[in-house]
Amino acid sequence: MPKTHKILDANEAVADVAYRLSEVVAIYPITPSSAMGEWADQWASEGRKNLWGDVPSVMEMQSEGGAAGAIHGALQTGSLATTFTASQGLLLMIPNMYKIAGELTPAVFHIAARSLATHALSIFGDHGDVMAARASGWAMLCSNSVQEASDLALVAHAATLETRVPFMHFFDGFRTSHEINKIQTLPDETVRAMIDEALIEAHRGRGLTPDRPVLRGTAQNPDVFFQSREAANSFYAAVPAIVQKTMDKLAKLTGRSYKVYEYHGAPDAERVAIVMGSGAETLHATVDALNASGAKVGVLKVRLYRPFDAALLCAALPASVKSVAVLDRTKEPGSAGEPLFLDAVASFQRGGRAGLRVIGGIYGLSSKEFTPAMAKAVFDELSKASPKPRFTVGIEDDVTYLSLKHDPDWSIEGDEVVRAVFYGLGSDGTVGANKNTIHIIGDHTDSFVQAYFVYDSKKSGAMTVSHLRFGPEQIRAPYLIEKTNFLGCHQTSFVGRYKMLRMIAPGGVFLLNTAAGPLAAWETLPKEDQEEIRAKKLRFFVIDAYKVARDNGLGGRINTVMQACFFSISGVLPKERAVEAIRESIREAYGKKSEELVNKNLKAVEESLKNLHQVVVPAGGHAHASLVPPVAPGAPDWVRSVLGPICAGEGDRLPVSAMPVDGTYPTATAQWEKRGLAQEVPVWDESVCIQCAKCVIVCPHAVIRPKVYMPAELAGAPPTFKSCDPKDREWKGMKYTLQVSVEDCTGCGICVDVCPARNKSETKLKAINMRPAAPLVEAERKNWEFFLELPEVDRRLLKGGSIRHEQFQRPLFEFSGACAGCGETPYLKLLSQLYGDRLLIANATGCSSIYGGNLPTTPWAKNEEGRGPAWANSLFEDNAEFGLGMRLSEDHQTGAARDLLKSLENVVGAELARSILDASQKDEADIYDQRERVAELKKKLAGLKDDKARRLLALSDHLTRKSVWIVGGDGWAYDIGYGGLDHVLASGKNVKVLVLDTEVYSNTGGQKSKSTPRGAVAKFSSGGNPAAKKDLGLMAMSYGNIYVASVAMGARDEQTLKTFIEAEAYDGPALIIAYSHCIAHGIDMRTANQNQKAAADTGKLILYRYSPDRAKAGEAPLILDSKPTRPNGLGAYLASENRFQMLAKSKPEEAKVLFDMAQQDAATRWELYEYLAGRKPRPAI
Amino acid sequence: MTMDLTTTYLGLKLRTPLVCSASPLSETLDGIRRMEDAGASAVVLSSLFEEQLARDRDDLISHLTANTNAFSEAQSFFPAIGSFHWGPESYLNHIRKAKAAAKIPIIASLNGTSLGGWTSYAKDIQNAGADALELNIYYIPTDPSVSGEHVEQTHVDILTAVRSVVSIPVAVKLAPFFSNMASMAKRLDDAGAGGLVLFNRFYQPDFDLEKLEVRPNLLLSTPQALRLPLHWTAVLSGRIKADLAATSGIHTAMDSLKLLMAGATTTMLCSALYKFGIEHIRVIEGELVRWMTEREYHSVAQLRGSMSQRNCADPSAFERQQYIRTLTTYKGL
Repeated sequence: MPKTHKILDANEAVADVAYRLSEVVAIYPITPSSAMGEWADQWASEGRKNLWGDVPSVMEMQSEGGAAGAIHGALQTGSLATTFTASQGLLLMIPNMYKIAGELTPAVFHIAARSLATHALSIFGDHGDVMAARASGWAMLCSNSVQEASDLALVAHAATLETRVPFMHFFDGFRTSHEINKIQTLPDETVRAMIDEALIEAHRGRGLTPDRPVLRGTAQNPDVFFQSREAANSFYAAVPAIVQKTMDKLAKLTGRSYKVYEYHGAPDAERVAIVMGSGAETLHATVDALNASGAKVGVLKVRLYRPFDAALLCAALPASVKSVAVLDRTKEPGSAGEPLFLDAVASFQRGGRAGLRVIGGIYGLSSKEFTPAMAKAVFDELSKASPKPRFTVGIEDDVTYLSLKHDPDWSIEGDEVVRAVFYGLGSDGTVGANKNTIHIIGDHTDSFVQAYFVYDSKKSGAMTVSHLRFGPEQIRAPYLIEKTNFLGCHQTSFVGRYKMLRMIAPGGVFLLNTAAGPLAAWETLPKEDQEEIRAKKLRFFVIDAYKVARDNGLGGRINTVMQACFFSISGVLPKERAVEAIRESIREAYGKKSEELVNKNLKAVEESLKNLHQVVVPAGGHAHASLVPPVAPGAPDWVRSVLGPICAGEGDRLPVSAMPVDGTYPTATAQWEKRGLAQEVPVWDESVCIQCAKCVIVCPHAVIRPKVYMPAELAGAPPTFKSCDPKDREWKGMKYTLQVSVEDCTGCGICVDVCPARNKSETKLKAINMRPAAPLVEAERKNWEFFLELPEVDRRLLKGGSIRHEQFQRPLFEFSGACAGCGETPYLKLLSQLYGDRLLIANATGCSSIYGGNLPTTPWAKNEEGRGPAWANSLFEDNAEFGLGMRLSEDHQTGAARDLLKSLENVVGAELARSILDASQKDEADIYDQRERVAELKKKLAGLKDDKARRLLALSDHLTRKSVWIVGGDGWAYDIGYGGLDHVLASGKNVKVLVLDTEVYSNTGGQKSKSTPRGAVAKFSSGGNPAAKKDLGLMAMSYGNIYVASVAMGARDEQTLKTFIEAEAYDGPALIIAYSHCIAHGIDMRTANQNQKAAADTGKLILYRYSPDRAKAGEAPLILDSKPTRPNGLGAYLASENRFQMLAKSKPEEAKVLFDMAQQDAATRWELYEYLAGRKPRPAI
Repeated sequence: MTMDLTTTYLGLKLRTPLVCSASPLSETLDGIRRMEDAGASAVVLSSLFEEQLARDRDDLISHLTANTNAFSEAQSFFPAIGSFHWGPESYLNHIRKAKAAAKIPIIASLNGTSLGGWTSYAKDIQNAGADALELNIYYIPTDPSVSGEHVEQTHVDILTAVRSVVSIPVAVKLAPFFSNMASMAKRLDDAGAGGLVLFNRFYQPDFDLEKLEVRPNLLLSTPQALRLPLHWTAVLSGRIKADLAATSGIHTAMDSLKLLMAGATTTMLCSALYKFGIEHIRVIEGELVRWMTEREYHSVAQLRGSMSQRNCADPSAFERQQYIRTLTTYKGL
C-alpha cells in the first residue's frame, strides 16, 4: 500500500480537504459535525496553511444561522468559504442557502447528515436534514464511505467553482463521520491539480468591491422575479456533467473512480436497489455475495442527488432490470413517497423506463442498523409477485405492517476479516486503546482496518462498545459486528447485565477483566453466559486489569493492560511484533509528556501478559445466578416491557406498537434503572452528623435524603437502618434518618467534601464517609426501600429559606445520568424540591436536555400525589420563546378559568368561588389550600351538564398557580438563544430563567461560548479566550423590571436557596445565572465546590441579587452576596483549573497577559458592582 | 568619606550586604526592578520546584484524558494542543528576563525531588544566565525509619551532584534541624558549598479548631526569629570556608548589623519586605550607614564577624553555659 494511507474518520478527512481549500471558515458546534469545526480551529491555531499559503480565518459564530450569514458575506466579497454542520444547524442555514444559491455563488457546506428533531431529538444519522434543504437550490453530493468523503469533498470544492452552484457535500452522521477507516488521503499536489485558479479569479471578480460597485440582494416584483429564477436554469443543467468530469479528473489523478449514478452488480440484473449514503456500501457487499450464489441483483448508488439527472440515472440502470427498490434514509410523513423514491419514479417516467416496477422503502433512521440481511430482505421483496409498494426495513412494524422481515442470522462476513468487540466504560480508556490498536495494525501491516464506537446516552458510568474489523481488502461493512471472533469485557459489572456472549462466533474468545481469578471466574458468570461458552466452545480468558494497572501506577486506566491481552490472545499480529508495536505506541503517546508514564505503561504491558490466564471450563454444573433484570422488579409493566429492553441494550428489538405515537413518555422512570455504578458510596455516621443537609443539597444525583418521622414508624425497620434524634427543636420527639440510595449513587464523593462535621476523635472522618459499595449493597437496598415508605415531611411545616428544612422536600429530579459530580443538577434538583409539584419546564437542548430527557429513563419525577415537573425540549435556539409560549398559554387558560368561575359563582357557591379567585397562593400552605378548594370545585362541577361548567371543569387545574421555568446552558443563553432570551425577559411576563452556566458548550465537548472567561482554553479557543466573559446579568438588569441573580451553590448555598425563592415569588421575569462546575473545567469533581468558592473569593465570580421589588420600595435593588476576600488571588484560582493551566503550560507568555487582564477584569467589575449596589432608585416625581 | 558597605557573597561583589531572599516578590520583573531600585544588592529568585512541575504535568495529562472517548457527542472536552511546556521554561525565561532587566546579580533557587531533577534543572539554570544557584533543600523526613545520617548524606549528595554539573557558585539553604548543625555545615563546606544560607523557614501547618482541619498557614517571620541564624552564624563564622548568608527575622538595620557582626557576608530580607514594602530596603540601608557612621565604622568588612564565637569576648555564651546562665538569671517579666 502506498504511504499516503491514513487511518482517520470522515470528519477529519473532510475537514482536511475543506481547510486546505478555504479562506474563511465559520463554525458552530453541532453533533456529529462538531469535529470538523474543531479540526479547522485547531489547525488554524497551529498556523497550518491552506493551499495558497494562508492560514484560513476560522470564526466561531453564535449559531449556525450566524455561520451561514458570515459565509454568505465572505462569499459575496470574493473569498472561498466553507462551514460544517448537521441537523437543526442545517435548518438554520437554509434562509442563507437560498440566497447563496440564488446568487450563483460557489461554496461548499459539509454535512454530517443527522436526524431532525421531531417527536424526539436524535443526534444520529439519517438524511432528514439534507432532504429538508433539498429545495434550496444547492447541489447535493453524497459520500458513502470515509474514502469517498475525502475524495468527494474535493470534487465538491472543484465543481462548485466551475458550476457556480453551491454544494452540500454530505455523508452519514456517525456511521461515516465517526467511522475510522484506512484510506488514501489527498496530497496537496492532487488537490492543487483539481482546482482551476482561473475559476477562483472569476469568483473573486464577482465579489463586491467599491472599486467595481454593483448591487446584489435587490427586492423584485411580480413582473420579473419569476423570469429571474428561470435565468439560472442552464447553470443547474450543466452540473451533472461537470461533476462527472471532475470525478473523472480525480480518477486520473488517484485511480479512484466515481460516477454520479454508479451501478454495481450483475450486468443482467433483474432486481436493483437505488440508495444514497453508507447503505450503498452494505448493498454493494450484499450484491456481491448474492450474485456469487447465483442471484442477478445490483445496486445503483446515487451520489449526485441535486440537480437530479433523470437521463443519467436511467442510463446507469441495466436494460435487464425489471423491478427497483428505492431506499430513502428519511421519512416524509404524508407524502406520496420519500424524496429519492419520487425522484426515481419521475426519472423513470421521463427516461423511458416507465415499465419498471418501483417500490420505495425507508431504512436506517437515526443510525438504525442497515445490515446485509436487511439488504437481502429488500431484494427478496422485489422477487415477490406483489411486493409492498412502500415498506420499511430494519424494524418490526406491527401496527401498519410496512416492515420487511429479515433473517438476523444471515451474514456475508467471511473468515478473512477478523472481528473484535470490546465492552468498556467511558472512563476506563477502552475506546482510546482500540483507536490505538487499529493504528498499530493498520500502520504495521497491509491490513485494512475499520473501527466504530457505540456510546451510551448516560454521562456517568457511560458504557462504550467498540467494533473493530481487520482484513486484507477494503472493509465495506458500515454496520455493527454481529458475530465476533473476540469479545473483550473490560468491566465485571457488565457481566450478568448484558447478553454480550450472544455476539461471539463459535470457537471465539471471551476475555473478561475480573478480580475473581482464573479459578473462581467461572462461578461469577450467569448461567446464560456459561451455556454460551460451552455450546460455542469459546476460549475464556481472565485478567485482573485493575490490579495490574494499579500496581503499575496507572490508577483506573486499564487501556494498556487490556490492549496487551488482546494482542496476546488474538494473534492479529505475531506476539513479539505486537508487543513491540504496543511499546512503540506507548513511547509515541507518552514520550513527549513524561518518561515516567512511558515506563509505567511499558511495565504494565509485561505484567499484563504474566497475569493473563485461560479459564478451564468445567465439564458440568452451572451457576444459579441468572441475568439481572434491567429494571427493578417493582417497576410498572410498561417500564419493564418497553424501557427495560432499552436499558438492556435490546431496544432494536422493540416493535412499532411498543412506542408512544407522539413522543410522550411517563416521568419518574429513572428510579427503576438501578445502575450500581459506584465502587465507593457515602455512609452516614449519625453520631457525628449535625443535620445541616449540605450533603443533601449538593448531591447531583439526589441519592442522599433526610426524613423526620414519628418513632413508631421504625417498626419493622431493617436491622441496619439508622436513625437518631433530630437536632432541631421543631422535630422534638421524632426520629431523623439520612439515607443513601447506594444503587443510584455514582460515587462522586462531593457530599463528603462539603460535610462540615468531623469526628471528634478521628478528624479525618466526617459525618458522611466513602466506603466500598459491594458489602453494603444488599442491606442498603432494603434500607432505601424502607426509607421510601416512611411518610414525607409535610411541606407546610418547613421553614422557607433554611437549607436544613427545605431539604426535607422530596426531590422530583433524581438519579440522572449526568456526570458524576455534575455542577448543574443540584440546581435542578433544588428547583424540583421547591416547586416541582407545579412546575412547567422549557429545556434548551444541551447537557440538561440529555440527562433530563434522553431515553430510556428520565430523572424528572412525581410526588406521592402524582404531581411533578412537566418537561419539554423544543430546540436549542428557541427555548426562551418556547417557555414564554407556555406562560402565555397557562395565563390564558387561567384567565379563562377565572372568567368562567366568576360567571358560575351562583352555581358553585359564591364563597368557594371567591376563595379561589382571591387566593394569594404565595406559599406552600396557600397552594395546598387552593388545591383543596379546586378539588371541591371539581366535585361540584362534575355532575353539571352546563357547557360552561364542563369547560371550567376541564380548565379548573389552571386555577392553581403554575411556575414556568426556562432552563438551559450558557451556549443557549449567551449565544444561540440570546436574541429570544432578551425578548422574553423584556416581555415582563412571569417566566423564570435558569441558566446553568458552565462557561462552555459542555454537551458537545467544551466549545467556547460568550460566557467563557478570559484566558480559558476551550475548543474553538485553543489559544485561550482573548475576550472577557459577557455580563449577561448586567445586560438584563438594564431593563429594571427583571429579577436578576448570580448564584454559585458551592460558594454560598444559602444565597442560592434565597435566590430561587425570591425569583419565584417575583411577579415578573427572573433570570438566575447559576455557576456550574463541569468536567470541561479540568478540575477534580470531588472538590469542585471548593473551586466555586475560590471563584467567588477571588472576585472571578460575583454573587448578587437584583430585585425590582426592592427598587419599588425605595431601596437599592442590587445586593451583593459575595465579596472578594482574596482580590489578588485570581492567579492561584486560575492555576487550580486546567482549562487555564493549559494555556499557562502551552503559551506561557500569552497566558500571563490574559491572566493579568482577567485579574483587572475582576477588579473593574467588582468596582462597578459595588457602585451599583450603593445606588438607590430616584424618588418618583 | 562614604561608607563602604560592599561585601562578597558566592564570589559576587555586592554593593551592600542587603540581599532579597527567595519569595514570590521576585516572581515578577516589576518586583525585581523595585528591589534593585530600593537598593537590594542581589536578588534570590523564588524557587523552581521540580515536584510542582511534575504535579502540574500529571494533573493536566490526567484531566485531558479523563473524559475522552466516552460520549457520543464529545470525544474530548479540550482542544488538542500539540505541545506543552512541561519543563522549567517559564522559570528559565524569568531568569533571562531578570538578568536583562536588572544590573544586580540574580541568584536562582532550586528545589528538586530527584537527583536527576536537581542536576538537570541546575544546568538549565546556569545556561539561562543565573549568577549563582541556591539549593533550597526543603526536606522534611517524617518516616521514622529514615536515619539522621541518611538525611545528612542526602544533603551532601545533592550538593555534590549539582556541583559536578555546574560552574556557577552554589549555596545551600539549610534547615537548622540537625543533631550537630556545625558538623553538617562542615560536611557541606567540604563538599564545595560556596555559601550556606541560614536558615530555611519551615511553614508548619496550623490547626483550625472550628473546622477541625489542619491548615497550611504561612506566618511571616518576626525579629525573634533572628536568634537562630544569629547563633549559628556566630558559631560557624571563621570555621568554614563557605560564605554565610543569614536570613529570618531581619527587619531593621540593627538586625542586619548583628548578623554581620556574627559573621554573615549577607543578610537576606523577606518578611520585612512584605510587612513594610520593598522600599524598606532603602530604610535599612540608611539606618545601617547612620549607625556605622555614628560609631565611626568605615566598612562592613571591618565589623563582619567581630562578635562571632571566635572573636567575641565570651565564646561560652554560645554554648551550654549560656543555657544555665540564662535560666539562673531569669527573673520573669
